Amino acid sequence: METLINFLPSIIIIVIMFGVTLLIALYSTYGERKVAAFLQDRIGPNRAGPWGLLQPFADGVKMFTKEEIIPASANKFLFILGPSIAMICCLMTGVVLPWGGELTLFGRTFYLQAVDLSIGILYVFAVVSVSVYGIMIGGWASNNKWSLMGAIRGSSQIISYELSMGLSIVALVLMTGTLSFREIVNQQHGGILHWNFLMQPLSFLIFLICAFAECNRSPFDLPECETELVGGFHTEYSSMKLGFYLFSEYINMFISSAVISALFFGGFNFPGMDWLLETTHSQNIVTLVGVGAYFLKIFFFIFFFMWVRWTIPRFRYDQLMNLGWKSLIPLALFNLAAMAVIEMVKHQHLFGF
Amino acid sequence: MQTSFTNRKQVLEQKEMNIWERMYLPAIVKGMAITISHFFRKPATIRYPEQKRTVSEAYRGLHILKRDEIGAERCTACGLCALACPAEAITMEAAERKPGEESLYREEKYASKYEINMLRCIFCGFCEEACPKAAIFLEEDFAVANYSRDTFIYGKDKLVEKPKQGTKAFDIVKVGRQRELN
Repeated sequence: METLINFLPSIIIIVIMFGVTLLIALYSTYGERKVAAFLQDRIGPNRAGPWGLLQPFADGVKMFTKEEIIPASANKFLFILGPSIAMICCLMTGVVLPWGGELTLFGRTFYLQAVDLSIGILYVFAVVSVSVYGIMIGGWASNNKWSLMGAIRGSSQIISYELSMGLSIVALVLMTGTLSFREIVNQQHGGILHWNFLMQPLSFLIFLICAFAECNRSPFDLPECETELVGGFHTEYSSMKLGFYLFSEYINMFISSAVISALFFGGFNFPGMDWLLETTHSQNIVTLVGVGAYFLKIFFFIFFFMWVRWTIPRFRYDQLMNLGWKSLIPLALFNLAAMAVIEMVKHQHLFGF
Repeated sequence: MQTSFTNRKQVLEQKEMNIWERMYLPAIVKGMAITISHFFRKPATIRYPEQKRTVSEAYRGLHILKRDEIGAERCTACGLCALACPAEAITMEAAERKPGEESLYREEKYASKYEINMLRCIFCGFCEEACPKAAIFLEEDFAVANYSRDTFIYGKDKLVEKPKQGTKAFDIVKVGRQRELN
């Protein structure tokens, strides 16, 4: 009984987080179309409901009612496994993210975080690495050359960019001295000046670029580049299996935004946090405002993803590999070395002190 | 050496990019500033069925057969419009006006049947120019859409201008329509 009560907040947070993640992913599709329209001097979807707000649901109904086609030459088991892996992996990532600080309800204090893993960052990296199997298996099982090419591109791209992403995070971990998300966010407490993107601008930049590549978002959307590969790895997919792939892309975008906000933009910290605590004397209010601040940051980054998509044209494949291997990895290594020297000087271990 | 025949010849120089240009980032920031400026701009498109653009007075849309001041049809079925039509979209049949129909038809001869095939029509406006009686005009409406081809042959019921209230033609048409309904 006692263990159940201890686990209850985690379970509730996981359920709420699933709902919120799915809702945000759903409305990201609408947001994407609206942002695209505004950036191109258009109006965007406006038929379903006021300002087209019911458009995602109309799209969902369309997706569900479409005919489900499994190609005759496809491997049926893997064909279904592909989108499932993509969906499961992107939903799993959010578990370790700290959505807010302490909340006291019914005499119990708990963190707005499902699980505070001491290796949170490693967990996110592990799950993101697995999610490339969704693309690979889906493209392979389709038994179609376009799908296969898309899958190969996708996997090589994600593997190349994961390296520099990891290196940029190592530099951050070197500074913070922890792999736990909650710890990293708490260290950024105390105004914008303590946020990590000011301490580690280079890490932030590399991480941001790699996040675009990890999400298969433009300008790195080579796995599904329509002009060359028809639909890329999901050419053969239809109905809700295609929906899962598209949906997982938007969830990935949301999770990436959340990770960037937590690691580099203070997570649920916001300017004037201590002042609010002194005036209201209520940790609950501060926590809830913090959750709002966190989501504002996340929404900004989702908007940023869309903004970039409609600004920068797609990279050519060799350009992509050049950027990844010849620019980002050396830059990340340099950043790591520089960070190591700075840390040593800070802790006075250099020159035998 | 071959000489250029135009004065617009340009020699394209491929310069090595400097470090600032090779960083890409300044150019990307510049591009993003341009796109975000469009975000706040007034959209160039409109909500079409609710909002419509005003068209020029000389716009050549669907045809209309005009009536005169007392509400009588101006067309005398001379056939000049059909002759002028490059797409051969217009056909008509003439009839003689009977006594008592003076308020319906302006001249002694009128078109008892007047059809324009809107799928053939190229909306050039030659019929309008050919008409000696100022009877046919191309107006502003343009959105014709339907599921079957035969609905695109417009007869007099769709082409003739609706009579103005107060004219005798208005009463006659109204009575006729009521008779049809009954």
